[in-house]
Amino acid sequence: MSARNDGIAPRTKRGAATGEGGLTAFRRRHGRLMARIGLHTLMLLGLAVTLLPFWWMVMASFMPGGEASTFPPRFWPSRWSTEHYATLWERLQIGRFFLNSLILAGGVTLVSLLVNSLAGYAFAKFAFRGRKAIFSLLLTSLVIPGQVTMLPVFLMLKQMGLLNSYFGIIIPGMASIFGIFLIRQYLQGVPDSLIEAARIDGAGELRIYWTIILPLAKPILVTLALFTFMGTWNDFLWPLIVLNRQEMYTLPVAIANLMGEHAPDPELMMAGAVVTILPILLLFLALQKYYIQGILMGGLKE
Amino acid sequence: MKHKWLIPWFFLAPALGTLLLFFFLPVLASLLMSFSDFDIYALGNLSRARWNGLENYGRLLHDPLFWKALGNTVYFVLAGGPLTILAALLAAIGLNSRQLMLRDWFRLGYFTPVITSLVAVAVVWRYLYHPRFGLFNYLLSFAGVGPVNWLGDPVWAMPALILLAVWKNFGYYMMIFLAGLQTIPDYLYEAARLDGAGWWGQFRHVTLPQLAPTTFFVTLMTIIGYFQFFAEPYVMTQGGPVNSTLSVVFYLYQQGFRWWRMGYASSIAFMLFFIIFLLAMLQMAARRRQEAA
Repeated sequence: MSARNDGIAPRTKRGAATGEGGLTAFRRRHGRLMARIGLHTLMLLGLAVTLLPFWWMVMASFMPGGEASTFPPRFWPSRWSTEHYATLWERLQIGRFFLNSLILAGGVTLVSLLVNSLAGYAFAKFAFRGRKAIFSLLLTSLVIPGQVTMLPVFLMLKQMGLLNSYFGIIIPGMASIFGIFLIRQYLQGVPDSLIEAARIDGAGELRIYWTIILPLAKPILVTLALFTFMGTWNDFLWPLIVLNRQEMYTLPVAIANLMGEHAPDPELMMAGAVVTILPILLLFLALQKYYIQGILMGGLKE
Repeated sequence: MKHKWLIPWFFLAPALGTLLLFFFLPVLASLLMSFSDFDIYALGNLSRARWNGLENYGRLLHDPLFWKALGNTVYFVLAGGPLTILAALLAAIGLNSRQLMLRDWFRLGYFTPVITSLVAVAVVWRYLYHPRFGLFNYLLSFAGVGPVNWLGDPVWAMPALILLAVWKNFGYYMMIFLAGLQTIPDYLYEAARLDGAGWWGQFRHVTLPQLAPTTFFVTLMTIIGYFQFFAEPYVMTQGGPVNSTLSVVFYLYQQGFRWWRMGYASSIAFMLFFIIFLLAMLQMAARRRQEAA
Protein backbone atom coordinates (compact mmCIF):
# COMPACT_ATOMS: atom_id res chain seq x y z
CA MET A 1 0.00 0.00 0.00
CA SER A 2 2.68 2.45 0.97
CA ALA A 3 4.46 1.81 -2.29
CA ARG A 4 1.42 3.10 -4.12
CA ASN A 5 1.29 6.32 -2.16
CA ASP A 6 4.96 6.81 -2.82
CA GLY A 7 4.19 6.37 -6.51
CA ILE A 8 2.03 9.43 -6.54
CA ALA A 9 4.23 11.61 -4.38
CA PRO A 10 6.64 12.88 -7.11
CA ARG A 11 3.75 14.56 -8.93
CA THR A 12 3.56 17.40 -6.47
CA LYS A 13 7.30 17.81 -6.50
CA ARG A 14 7.55 17.98 -10.25
CA GLY A 15 4.39 20.03 -10.58
CA ALA A 16 5.93 22.66 -8.37
CA ALA A 17 9.03 22.84 -10.53
CA THR A 18 7.17 23.44 -13.79
CA GLY A 19 9.58 24.91 -16.25
CA GLU A 20 8.10 24.04 -19.63
CA GLY A 21 4.53 25.14 -19.03
CA GLY A 22 1.82 24.94 -21.69
CA LEU A 23 -0.89 22.42 -22.38
CA THR A 24 1.22 19.90 -24.37
CA ALA A 25 3.79 19.66 -21.62
CA PHE A 26 1.01 19.18 -19.13
CA ARG A 27 -0.50 16.41 -21.24
CA ARG A 28 2.81 14.69 -21.69
CA ARG A 29 3.51 14.80 -17.99
CA HIS A 30 0.01 13.64 -17.25
CA GLY A 31 0.42 10.67 -19.63
CA ARG A 32 3.70 9.78 -18.06
CA LEU A 33 2.14 9.87 -14.63
CA MET A 34 -0.69 7.61 -15.73
CA ALA A 35 1.83 5.16 -17.21
CA ARG A 36 3.68 5.22 -13.94
CA ILE A 37 0.57 4.54 -11.89
CA GLY A 38 -0.38 1.78 -14.33
CA LEU A 39 3.03 0.15 -13.97
CA HIS A 40 2.86 0.20 -10.20
CA THR A 41 -0.69 -1.13 -10.17
CA LEU A 42 0.25 -4.06 -12.39
CA MET A 43 3.38 -4.82 -10.43
CA LEU A 44 1.49 -4.69 -7.13
CA LEU A 45 -1.21 -6.93 -8.54
CA GLY A 46 1.42 -9.42 -9.64
CA LEU A 47 3.04 -9.24 -6.24
CA ALA A 48 -0.27 -9.86 -4.49
CA VAL A 49 -0.91 -12.94 -6.64
CA THR A 50 2.63 -14.19 -5.98
CA LEU A 51 2.43 -13.76 -2.25
CA LEU A 52 -1.20 -14.75 -1.70
CA PRO A 53 -0.45 -18.49 -1.24
CA PHE A 54 2.17 -17.66 1.41
CA TRP A 55 -0.22 -15.32 3.19
CA TRP A 56 -2.90 -17.98 3.34
CA MET A 57 -0.40 -20.62 4.42
CA VAL A 58 0.78 -18.59 7.40
CA MET A 59 -2.70 -17.43 8.42
CA ALA A 60 -4.27 -20.88 8.10
CA SER A 61 -1.47 -22.40 10.19
CA PHE A 62 -2.61 -20.21 13.11
CA MET A 63 -6.34 -20.83 12.70
CA PRO A 64 -8.19 -22.97 15.21
CA GLY A 65 -9.01 -26.47 13.86
CA GLY A 66 -11.63 -26.45 11.10
CA GLU A 67 -11.48 -22.74 10.36
CA ALA A 68 -9.54 -23.14 7.12
CA SER A 69 -12.37 -25.32 5.78
CA THR A 70 -15.10 -22.74 5.79
CA PHE A 71 -16.87 -20.82 3.09
CA PRO A 72 -16.18 -18.03 2.37
CA PRO A 73 -12.48 -18.63 3.09
CA ARG A 74 -10.99 -16.60 5.92
CA PHE A 75 -7.90 -14.46 5.37
CA TRP A 76 -7.27 -14.01 9.07
CA PRO A 77 -7.66 -16.36 12.06
CA SER A 78 -10.59 -15.58 14.37
CA ARG A 79 -8.27 -16.44 17.23
CA TRP A 80 -4.52 -16.99 17.00
CA SER A 81 -3.81 -20.58 17.83
CA THR A 82 -0.48 -22.41 17.99
CA GLU A 83 -2.08 -25.78 18.64
CA HIS A 84 -1.06 -27.17 15.24
CA TYR A 85 2.59 -26.35 15.77
CA ALA A 86 2.29 -28.03 19.17
CA THR A 87 0.72 -31.11 17.57
CA LEU A 88 3.47 -31.29 14.96
CA TRP A 89 6.11 -31.05 17.64
CA GLU A 90 4.60 -33.34 20.26
CA ARG A 91 2.75 -35.99 18.31
CA LEU A 92 4.23 -35.98 14.85
CA GLN A 93 7.99 -35.81 15.52
CA ILE A 94 8.55 -32.76 13.36
CA GLY A 95 11.65 -32.00 15.43
CA ARG A 96 13.21 -35.22 14.26
CA PHE A 97 12.44 -34.49 10.60
CA PHE A 98 13.79 -31.00 10.99
CA LEU A 99 16.99 -32.40 12.44
CA ASN A 100 17.28 -34.93 9.59
CA SER A 101 16.91 -32.17 7.03
CA LEU A 102 19.45 -30.03 8.84
CA ILE A 103 22.02 -32.82 9.16
CA LEU A 104 21.64 -33.89 5.53
CA ALA A 105 21.69 -30.39 4.03
CA GLY A 106 24.60 -29.37 6.27
CA GLY A 107 26.49 -32.61 5.66
CA VAL A 108 26.14 -32.56 1.88
CA THR A 109 27.10 -28.88 1.82
CA LEU A 110 30.28 -29.26 3.86
CA VAL A 111 31.54 -32.41 2.18
CA SER A 112 30.70 -31.33 -1.36
CA LEU A 113 32.29 -27.94 -0.85
CA LEU A 114 35.56 -29.62 0.07
CA VAL A 115 35.46 -32.20 -2.72
CA ASN A 116 34.35 -29.78 -5.44
CA SER A 117 36.82 -27.08 -4.49
CA LEU A 118 39.70 -29.55 -4.61
CA ALA A 119 38.70 -30.62 -8.11
CA GLY A 120 37.87 -27.13 -9.29
CA TYR A 121 41.31 -25.97 -8.15
CA ALA A 122 43.01 -28.79 -10.03
CA PHE A 123 41.10 -28.00 -13.23
CA ALA A 124 41.83 -24.29 -12.95
CA LYS A 125 45.47 -24.23 -11.91
CA PHE A 126 47.28 -27.42 -12.88
CA ALA A 127 48.36 -28.53 -16.31
CA PHE A 128 48.00 -32.27 -16.65
CA ARG A 129 47.38 -34.74 -19.35
CA GLY A 130 43.70 -35.25 -20.12
CA ARG A 131 42.56 -32.09 -18.38
CA LYS A 132 40.60 -30.75 -21.32
CA ALA A 133 39.14 -34.11 -22.26
CA ILE A 134 37.95 -34.91 -18.75
CA PHE A 135 36.52 -31.47 -18.24
CA SER A 136 34.53 -31.49 -21.44
CA LEU A 137 33.32 -35.01 -20.68
CA LEU A 138 31.99 -33.68 -17.39
CA LEU A 139 30.27 -30.74 -19.01
CA THR A 140 28.73 -32.88 -21.74
CA SER A 141 27.28 -35.29 -19.21
CA LEU A 142 25.29 -32.49 -17.63
CA VAL A 143 22.59 -33.25 -20.16
CA ILE A 144 21.98 -36.67 -18.56
CA PRO A 145 18.94 -36.38 -16.30
CA GLY A 146 19.42 -37.58 -12.74
CA GLN A 147 16.62 -40.12 -13.08
CA VAL A 148 18.86 -42.28 -15.26
CA THR A 149 21.21 -43.09 -12.40
CA MET A 150 18.58 -43.44 -9.70
CA LEU A 151 17.87 -47.13 -10.06
CA PRO A 152 21.46 -48.46 -10.07
CA VAL A 153 22.55 -46.09 -7.30
CA PHE A 154 19.63 -47.29 -5.22
CA LEU A 155 20.76 -50.90 -5.75
CA MET A 156 24.35 -50.01 -4.87
CA LEU A 157 23.31 -48.29 -1.67
CA LYS A 158 21.15 -51.27 -0.80
CA GLN A 159 24.13 -53.56 -1.33
CA MET A 160 26.30 -51.32 0.84
CA GLY A 161 23.65 -51.17 3.56
CA LEU A 162 23.35 -47.41 3.21
CA LEU A 163 19.62 -47.19 2.62
CA ASN A 164 17.95 -45.32 5.47
CA SER A 165 21.22 -43.78 6.56
CA TYR A 166 22.47 -40.23 6.24
CA PHE A 167 25.36 -41.52 4.14
CA GLY A 168 22.94 -42.72 1.49
CA ILE A 169 22.30 -39.07 0.70
CA ILE A 170 25.67 -37.54 1.57
CA ILE A 171 28.01 -39.90 -0.29
CA PRO A 172 26.37 -39.75 -3.73
CA GLY A 173 26.03 -35.99 -3.24
CA MET A 174 29.73 -35.43 -2.50
CA ALA A 175 30.68 -34.26 -5.97
CA SER A 176 28.71 -32.10 -8.35
CA ILE A 177 29.74 -31.20 -11.86
CA PHE A 178 28.17 -27.77 -11.58
CA GLY A 179 30.02 -27.12 -8.36
CA ILE A 180 33.35 -28.08 -9.92
CA PHE A 181 32.56 -25.91 -12.94
CA LEU A 182 31.69 -22.84 -10.87
CA ILE A 183 34.80 -23.07 -8.73
CA ARG A 184 37.03 -23.63 -11.72
CA GLN A 185 35.61 -20.58 -13.49
CA TYR A 186 36.18 -18.48 -10.42
CA LEU A 187 39.71 -19.69 -9.70
CA GLN A 188 40.84 -19.12 -13.27
CA GLY A 189 40.74 -15.45 -12.40
CA VAL A 190 43.31 -15.90 -9.62
CA PRO A 191 46.82 -14.94 -10.78
CA ASP A 192 49.30 -17.84 -10.98
CA SER A 193 51.98 -15.66 -9.43
CA LEU A 194 50.31 -15.95 -6.02
CA ILE A 195 50.62 -19.71 -6.11
CA GLU A 196 54.14 -19.64 -7.56
CA ALA A 197 55.29 -17.26 -4.83
CA ALA A 198 53.94 -19.57 -2.16
CA ARG A 199 55.71 -22.54 -3.78
CA ILE A 200 59.00 -20.67 -3.81
CA ASP A 201 58.50 -19.94 -0.14
CA GLY A 202 58.36 -23.69 0.32
CA ALA A 203 54.65 -24.04 1.10
CA GLY A 204 53.24 -27.53 0.51
CA GLU A 205 50.50 -28.05 -2.08
CA LEU A 206 47.78 -28.80 0.46
CA ARG A 207 48.83 -25.79 2.46
CA ILE A 208 48.54 -23.58 -0.61
CA TYR A 209 45.06 -24.95 -1.26
CA TRP A 210 44.00 -24.44 2.33
CA THR A 211 45.56 -21.08 3.17
CA ILE A 212 45.58 -19.29 -0.19
CA ILE A 213 43.03 -20.80 -2.56
CA LEU A 214 40.14 -21.41 -0.18
CA PRO A 215 40.15 -17.90 1.34
CA LEU A 216 40.36 -16.38 -2.15
CA ALA A 217 37.44 -18.48 -3.33
CA LYS A 218 35.25 -17.47 -0.42
CA PRO A 219 32.54 -15.63 -2.42
CA ILE A 220 31.99 -18.51 -4.81
CA LEU A 221 32.11 -20.99 -1.93
CA VAL A 222 29.36 -19.11 -0.10
CA THR A 223 27.26 -19.06 -3.28
CA LEU A 224 27.78 -22.75 -3.84
CA ALA A 225 27.14 -23.59 -0.19
CA LEU A 226 23.85 -21.71 -0.33
CA PHE A 227 22.72 -23.51 -3.50
CA THR A 228 23.73 -26.89 -2.17
CA PHE A 229 22.11 -26.39 1.21
CA MET A 230 18.84 -25.15 -0.26
CA GLY A 231 18.82 -27.77 -2.98
CA THR A 232 19.36 -30.60 -0.51
CA TRP A 233 16.82 -29.21 1.95
CA ASN A 234 14.15 -28.96 -0.75
CA ASP A 235 15.04 -32.17 -2.59
CA PHE A 236 12.24 -34.69 -2.70
CA LEU A 237 12.55 -37.61 -5.10
CA TRP A 238 15.90 -38.96 -3.91
CA PRO A 239 15.23 -38.83 -0.15
CA LEU A 240 11.80 -40.32 -0.86
CA ILE A 241 13.54 -43.33 -2.40
CA VAL A 242 16.53 -43.72 -0.08
CA LEU A 243 14.94 -42.84 3.26
CA ASN A 244 11.79 -44.88 3.67
CA ARG A 245 11.93 -45.48 7.40
CA GLN A 246 9.92 -42.85 9.16
CA GLU A 247 12.60 -41.75 11.64
CA MET A 248 14.87 -40.91 8.68
CA TYR A 249 12.37 -38.73 6.78
CA THR A 250 13.38 -35.24 5.74
CA LEU A 251 10.81 -32.45 6.06
CA PRO A 252 9.51 -32.58 2.46
CA VAL A 253 9.14 -36.38 2.62
CA ALA A 254 7.45 -36.14 6.01
CA ILE A 255 5.06 -33.43 4.78
CA ALA A 256 4.15 -35.41 1.67
CA ASN A 257 3.52 -38.40 3.89
CA LEU A 258 1.46 -36.46 6.43
CA MET A 259 -0.71 -35.36 3.54
CA GLY A 260 -1.90 -38.96 3.28
CA GLU A 261 -3.31 -39.15 6.81
CA HIS A 262 -3.98 -35.51 7.60
CA ALA A 263 -5.46 -34.19 4.35
CA PRO A 264 -8.64 -33.12 6.23
CA ASP A 265 -6.55 -30.91 8.58
CA PRO A 266 -5.42 -27.97 6.43
CA GLU A 267 -4.36 -25.95 9.49
CA LEU A 268 -1.97 -28.69 10.57
CA MET A 269 -0.62 -29.17 7.05
CA MET A 270 -0.05 -25.42 6.70
CA ALA A 271 1.93 -25.39 9.94
CA GLY A 272 4.07 -28.17 8.45
CA ALA A 273 4.58 -26.18 5.27
CA VAL A 274 5.64 -23.13 7.29
CA VAL A 275 8.22 -25.16 9.20
CA THR A 276 9.60 -26.52 5.91
CA ILE A 277 9.79 -23.16 4.15
CA LEU A 278 10.78 -20.76 6.90
CA PRO A 279 14.42 -21.82 7.56
CA ILE A 280 15.25 -21.65 3.85
CA LEU A 281 13.52 -18.30 3.49
CA LEU A 282 15.53 -16.83 6.36
CA LEU A 283 18.77 -18.24 4.99
CA PHE A 284 17.97 -16.80 1.59
CA LEU A 285 17.13 -13.38 3.00
CA ALA A 286 20.43 -13.29 4.85
CA LEU A 287 22.51 -14.30 1.84
CA GLN A 288 20.44 -13.31 -1.21
CA LYS A 289 23.26 -11.37 -2.81
CA TYR A 290 25.30 -14.56 -3.15
CA TYR A 291 22.34 -16.54 -4.41
CA ILE A 292 21.62 -14.11 -7.22
CA GLN A 293 25.28 -14.11 -8.22
CA GLY A 294 25.05 -17.88 -8.48
CA ILE A 295 22.08 -17.73 -10.85
CA LEU A 296 23.90 -15.31 -13.08
CA MET A 297 27.21 -17.17 -13.08
CA GLY A 298 26.07 -20.54 -14.24
CA GLY A 299 22.36 -20.34 -14.46
CA LEU A 300 22.65 -23.30 -12.15
CA LYS A 301 19.50 -24.64 -10.68
CA GLU A 302 19.17 -26.11 -7.20
CA MET B 1 59.37 -33.30 -5.51
CA LYS B 2 59.64 -36.48 -7.48
CA HIS B 3 56.04 -37.16 -8.32
CA LYS B 4 54.88 -33.72 -9.20
CA TRP B 5 52.49 -34.96 -11.87
CA LEU B 6 50.55 -36.78 -9.17
CA ILE B 7 49.48 -33.61 -7.37
CA PRO B 8 46.49 -32.63 -9.56
CA TRP B 9 45.26 -36.21 -9.55
CA PHE B 10 45.40 -36.20 -5.79
CA PHE B 11 43.16 -33.11 -5.79
CA LEU B 12 40.84 -34.61 -8.38
CA ALA B 13 40.56 -38.10 -6.92
CA PRO B 14 37.68 -37.55 -4.43
CA ALA B 15 35.47 -35.79 -6.98
CA LEU B 16 36.24 -38.01 -9.97
CA GLY B 17 35.99 -41.13 -7.82
CA THR B 18 32.57 -40.13 -6.55
CA LEU B 19 31.35 -39.19 -10.02
CA LEU B 20 32.66 -42.42 -11.48
CA LEU B 21 31.06 -44.57 -8.82
CA PHE B 22 27.76 -42.74 -8.40
CA PHE B 23 27.23 -41.22 -11.82
CA PHE B 24 29.13 -42.65 -14.78
CA LEU B 25 29.03 -46.32 -13.81
CA PRO B 26 25.33 -46.09 -12.86
CA VAL B 27 24.56 -44.60 -16.28
CA LEU B 28 26.11 -47.69 -17.87
CA ALA B 29 24.48 -50.00 -15.33
CA SER B 30 21.13 -48.41 -16.04
CA LEU B 31 21.62 -48.95 -19.75
CA LEU B 32 22.43 -52.62 -19.13
CA MET B 33 19.46 -52.99 -16.80
CA SER B 34 17.17 -51.61 -19.48
CA PHE B 35 18.09 -54.69 -21.57
CA SER B 36 17.09 -57.05 -18.76
CA ASP B 37 13.98 -58.20 -16.94
CA PHE B 38 15.35 -57.01 -13.59
CA ASP B 39 12.37 -57.18 -11.20
CA ILE B 40 11.45 -57.80 -7.57
CA TYR B 41 12.86 -61.34 -7.67
CA ALA B 42 16.17 -60.13 -9.01
CA LEU B 43 16.20 -57.57 -6.21
CA GLY B 44 16.53 -60.45 -3.73
CA ASN B 45 18.80 -62.55 -5.89
CA LEU B 46 20.70 -60.94 -8.71
CA SER B 47 21.01 -64.17 -10.69
CA ARG B 48 17.27 -64.13 -11.29
CA ALA B 49 17.71 -61.28 -13.79
CA ARG B 50 17.79 -62.32 -17.45
CA TRP B 51 18.79 -60.44 -20.57
CA ASN B 52 15.85 -59.70 -22.74
CA GLY B 53 17.39 -57.49 -25.38
CA LEU B 54 15.14 -54.74 -26.62
CA GLU B 55 11.99 -56.25 -25.15
CA ASN B 56 11.51 -53.45 -22.59
CA TYR B 57 11.70 -50.80 -25.24
CA GLY B 58 9.31 -52.72 -27.47
CA ARG B 59 6.86 -53.06 -24.62
CA LEU B 60 7.26 -49.40 -23.76
CA LEU B 61 6.27 -48.35 -27.26
CA HIS B 62 3.07 -50.38 -26.91
CA ASP B 63 2.35 -49.31 -23.34
CA PRO B 64 -0.68 -46.99 -23.37
CA LEU B 65 0.20 -45.68 -19.90
CA PHE B 66 3.65 -44.64 -21.06
CA TRP B 67 2.15 -42.78 -24.00
CA LYS B 68 -0.36 -41.20 -21.67
CA ALA B 69 2.46 -40.10 -19.36
CA LEU B 70 4.51 -38.80 -22.27
CA GLY B 71 1.52 -36.92 -23.66
CA ASN B 72 0.85 -35.35 -20.27
CA THR B 73 4.49 -34.39 -19.91
CA VAL B 74 4.58 -32.80 -23.35
CA TYR B 75 1.39 -30.91 -22.46
CA PHE B 76 3.06 -29.70 -19.26
CA VAL B 77 6.18 -28.59 -21.14
CA LEU B 78 4.38 -26.96 -24.07
CA ALA B 79 1.88 -25.04 -21.95
CA GLY B 80 3.93 -24.46 -18.82
CA GLY B 81 7.17 -23.54 -20.57
CA PRO B 82 5.91 -20.59 -22.66
CA LEU B 83 3.69 -19.34 -19.83
CA THR B 84 6.62 -19.40 -17.42
CA ILE B 85 8.87 -17.60 -19.88
CA LEU B 86 6.18 -15.02 -20.64
CA ALA B 87 5.53 -14.33 -16.95
CA ALA B 88 9.27 -14.11 -16.32
CA LEU B 89 9.79 -11.71 -19.22
CA LEU B 90 6.90 -9.44 -18.22
CA ALA B 91 8.03 -9.33 -14.60
CA ALA B 92 11.60 -8.59 -15.67
CA ILE B 93 10.51 -5.76 -17.97
CA GLY B 94 8.45 -4.27 -15.17
CA LEU B 95 11.32 -4.58 -12.73
CA ASN B 96 13.75 -3.06 -15.21
CA SER B 97 11.69 0.10 -15.62
CA ARG B 98 13.34 3.19 -14.19
CA GLN B 99 9.91 4.41 -13.19
CA LEU B 100 9.47 1.61 -10.67
CA MET B 101 9.98 2.34 -7.03
CA LEU B 102 11.02 -0.13 -4.34
CA ARG B 103 12.42 -2.32 -7.07
CA ASP B 104 14.39 -4.54 -4.70
CA TRP B 105 11.26 -5.36 -2.74
CA PHE B 106 9.31 -6.29 -5.83
CA ARG B 107 12.16 -8.45 -7.01
CA LEU B 108 12.39 -10.21 -3.67
CA GLY B 109 8.64 -10.81 -3.57
CA TYR B 110 8.50 -12.25 -7.07
CA PHE B 111 11.48 -14.44 -6.37
CA THR B 112 10.22 -15.96 -3.12
CA PRO B 113 8.39 -18.96 -4.64
CA VAL B 114 11.62 -20.12 -6.30
CA ILE B 115 13.48 -20.88 -3.09
CA THR B 116 10.65 -22.69 -1.36
CA SER B 117 10.23 -26.44 -1.19
CA LEU B 118 8.06 -27.65 -4.06
CA VAL B 119 6.44 -30.22 -1.80
CA ALA B 120 5.48 -27.60 0.78
CA VAL B 121 3.95 -25.22 -1.76
CA ALA B 122 2.21 -28.07 -3.57
CA VAL B 123 0.55 -28.92 -0.26
CA VAL B 124 -0.51 -25.28 0.13
CA TRP B 125 -1.88 -25.13 -3.40
CA ARG B 126 -3.80 -28.34 -2.93
CA TYR B 127 -5.94 -26.49 -0.43
CA LEU B 128 -6.13 -23.35 -2.52
CA TYR B 129 -7.62 -25.56 -5.26
CA HIS B 130 -10.20 -27.09 -2.91
CA PRO B 131 -13.50 -27.11 -4.86
CA ARG B 132 -15.60 -25.91 -1.92
CA PHE B 133 -13.34 -24.03 0.49
CA GLY B 134 -10.44 -23.10 -1.76
CA LEU B 135 -9.34 -19.53 -2.24
CA PHE B 136 -9.16 -19.76 -6.04
CA ASN B 137 -12.77 -20.77 -6.50
CA TYR B 138 -13.77 -18.07 -4.03
CA LEU B 139 -11.96 -15.40 -6.06
CA LEU B 140 -13.34 -16.81 -9.32
CA SER B 141 -16.88 -16.62 -7.93
CA PHE B 142 -16.61 -12.82 -8.04
CA ALA B 143 -16.16 -13.10 -11.79
CA GLY B 144 -19.17 -15.37 -11.92
CA VAL B 145 -17.02 -18.39 -12.82
CA GLY B 146 -16.97 -21.80 -11.26
CA PRO B 147 -16.84 -23.58 -9.00
CA VAL B 148 -14.10 -25.52 -10.80
CA ASN B 149 -13.19 -28.93 -9.46
CA TRP B 150 -9.52 -28.24 -10.11
CA LEU B 151 -7.76 -31.38 -9.02
CA GLY B 152 -10.70 -33.73 -9.34
CA ASP B 153 -11.54 -33.06 -12.98
CA PRO B 154 -9.37 -34.74 -15.63
CA VAL B 155 -9.68 -31.63 -17.80
CA TRP B 156 -8.60 -29.15 -15.11
CA ALA B 157 -6.06 -31.15 -13.12
CA MET B 158 -3.22 -30.55 -15.56
CA PRO B 159 -3.86 -26.80 -15.97
CA ALA B 160 -3.90 -26.60 -12.17
CA LEU B 161 -0.45 -28.20 -11.95
CA ILE B 162 0.82 -25.97 -14.75
CA LEU B 163 -0.37 -22.86 -12.94
CA LEU B 164 1.47 -23.97 -9.82
CA ALA B 165 4.64 -24.60 -11.83
CA VAL B 166 4.47 -21.20 -13.51
CA TRP B 167 4.02 -19.48 -10.14
CA LYS B 168 6.84 -21.50 -8.57
CA ASN B 169 9.41 -21.02 -11.33
CA PHE B 170 8.93 -17.75 -13.17
CA GLY B 171 11.00 -15.79 -10.62
CA TYR B 172 14.10 -17.77 -11.47
CA TYR B 173 13.98 -16.97 -15.17
CA MET B 174 12.92 -13.43 -14.33
CA MET B 175 16.32 -12.94 -12.70
CA ILE B 176 18.10 -14.21 -15.80
CA PHE B 177 15.99 -11.97 -18.07
CA LEU B 178 16.61 -9.02 -15.79
CA ALA B 179 20.34 -9.50 -16.11
CA GLY B 180 19.91 -9.76 -19.88
CA LEU B 181 17.86 -6.58 -20.04
CA GLN B 182 20.47 -4.68 -18.10
CA THR B 183 23.12 -5.46 -20.70
CA ILE B 184 21.15 -3.82 -23.53
CA PRO B 185 22.86 -0.49 -24.20
CA ASP B 186 20.74 2.66 -23.96
CA TYR B 187 21.83 4.02 -27.33
CA LEU B 188 19.89 1.27 -29.10
CA TYR B 189 16.69 2.52 -27.53
CA GLU B 190 17.61 6.12 -28.30
CA ALA B 191 18.22 5.24 -31.94
CA ALA B 192 14.87 3.44 -32.11
CA ARG B 193 13.12 6.44 -30.57
CA LEU B 194 14.72 8.73 -33.12
CA ASP B 195 13.36 6.43 -35.80
CA GLY B 196 9.94 7.03 -34.32
CA ALA B 197 9.51 3.70 -32.57
CA GLY B 198 6.96 3.64 -29.77
CA TRP B 199 6.95 1.35 -26.76
CA TRP B 200 5.94 -1.68 -28.81
CA GLY B 201 8.39 -0.90 -31.62
CA GLN B 202 11.24 -0.58 -29.16
CA PHE B 203 10.23 -3.84 -27.57
CA ARG B 204 10.00 -5.70 -30.87
CA HIS B 205 13.06 -4.31 -32.58
CA VAL B 206 15.45 -3.76 -29.69
CA THR B 207 14.48 -5.72 -26.58
CA LEU B 208 13.46 -9.02 -28.16
CA PRO B 209 16.41 -9.42 -30.56
CA GLN B 210 18.87 -8.33 -27.90
CA LEU B 211 17.40 -10.85 -25.48
CA ALA B 212 17.56 -13.73 -27.98
CA PRO B 213 20.55 -15.50 -26.39
CA THR B 214 18.98 -15.22 -22.95
CA THR B 215 15.66 -16.50 -24.24
CA PHE B 216 17.41 -19.44 -25.87
CA PHE B 217 19.12 -20.39 -22.62
CA VAL B 218 15.94 -19.96 -20.60
CA THR B 219 13.88 -22.02 -23.06
CA LEU B 220 16.36 -24.86 -22.94
CA MET B 221 16.41 -24.88 -19.16
CA THR B 222 12.63 -24.78 -18.86
CA ILE B 223 12.19 -27.66 -21.29
CA ILE B 224 14.74 -29.84 -19.51
CA GLY B 225 13.39 -28.94 -16.09
CA TYR B 226 9.72 -29.37 -16.94
CA PHE B 227 10.27 -32.70 -18.63
CA GLN B 228 11.24 -34.05 -15.22
CA PHE B 229 8.18 -32.90 -13.27
CA PHE B 230 7.28 -35.24 -10.48
CA ALA B 231 6.57 -33.72 -7.06
CA GLU B 232 3.48 -31.80 -8.20
CA PRO B 233 1.47 -34.86 -9.22
CA TYR B 234 2.93 -36.91 -6.37
CA VAL B 235 1.66 -34.51 -3.73
CA MET B 236 -1.45 -33.13 -5.38
CA THR B 237 -3.06 -35.78 -7.52
CA GLN B 238 -1.10 -39.03 -7.34
CA GLY B 239 -1.18 -38.94 -11.13
CA GLY B 240 -4.98 -38.84 -11.26
CA PRO B 241 -7.77 -38.35 -11.95
CA VAL B 242 -7.80 -41.17 -14.51
CA ASN B 243 -4.06 -40.70 -15.11
CA SER B 244 -4.56 -37.18 -16.41
CA THR B 245 -1.50 -35.93 -14.49
CA LEU B 246 0.69 -39.02 -14.71
CA SER B 247 4.15 -37.76 -15.76
CA VAL B 248 7.04 -39.71 -17.26
CA VAL B 249 9.12 -39.46 -14.08
CA PHE B 250 6.11 -40.39 -11.96
CA TYR B 251 5.55 -43.43 -14.15
CA LEU B 252 9.25 -44.30 -13.84
CA TYR B 253 8.96 -43.99 -10.07
CA GLN B 254 5.88 -46.19 -9.96
CA GLN B 255 7.38 -48.88 -12.17
CA GLY B 256 10.79 -48.82 -10.49
CA PHE B 257 10.12 -48.14 -6.85
CA ARG B 258 6.53 -49.20 -6.31
CA TRP B 259 6.40 -52.35 -8.46
CA TRP B 260 10.18 -52.90 -8.53
CA ARG B 261 10.22 -53.47 -12.29
CA MET B 262 13.66 -51.95 -12.45
CA GLY B 263 14.56 -53.19 -15.91
CA TYR B 264 11.43 -51.67 -17.36
CA ALA B 265 11.91 -48.48 -15.33
CA SER B 266 15.45 -48.15 -16.69
CA SER B 267 14.12 -48.22 -20.22
CA ILE B 268 11.75 -45.38 -19.28
CA ALA B 269 14.70 -43.44 -17.85
CA PHE B 270 16.60 -43.86 -21.12
CA MET B 271 13.63 -42.78 -23.18
CA LEU B 272 13.48 -39.65 -21.04
CA PHE B 273 17.19 -39.08 -21.54
CA PHE B 274 16.85 -39.63 -25.26
CA ILE B 275 14.01 -37.13 -25.58
CA ILE B 276 15.76 -34.47 -23.52
CA PHE B 277 18.95 -34.99 -25.47
CA LEU B 278 17.08 -34.70 -28.77
CA LEU B 279 15.35 -31.50 -27.68
CA ALA B 280 18.62 -29.98 -26.51
CA MET B 281 20.21 -30.81 -29.88
CA LEU B 282 17.26 -29.39 -31.81
CA GLN B 283 17.36 -26.22 -29.80
CA MET B 284 21.11 -25.87 -30.36
CA ALA B 285 20.71 -26.40 -34.10
CA ALA B 286 17.93 -23.83 -34.29
CA ARG B 287 20.11 -21.39 -32.42
CA ARG B 288 23.05 -21.94 -34.74
CA ARG B 289 20.86 -21.34 -37.79
CA GLN B 290 19.50 -18.22 -36.21
CA GLU B 291 22.99 -16.93 -35.58
CA ALA B 292 24.14 -17.76 -39.08
CA ALA B 293 21.19 -15.95 -40.61
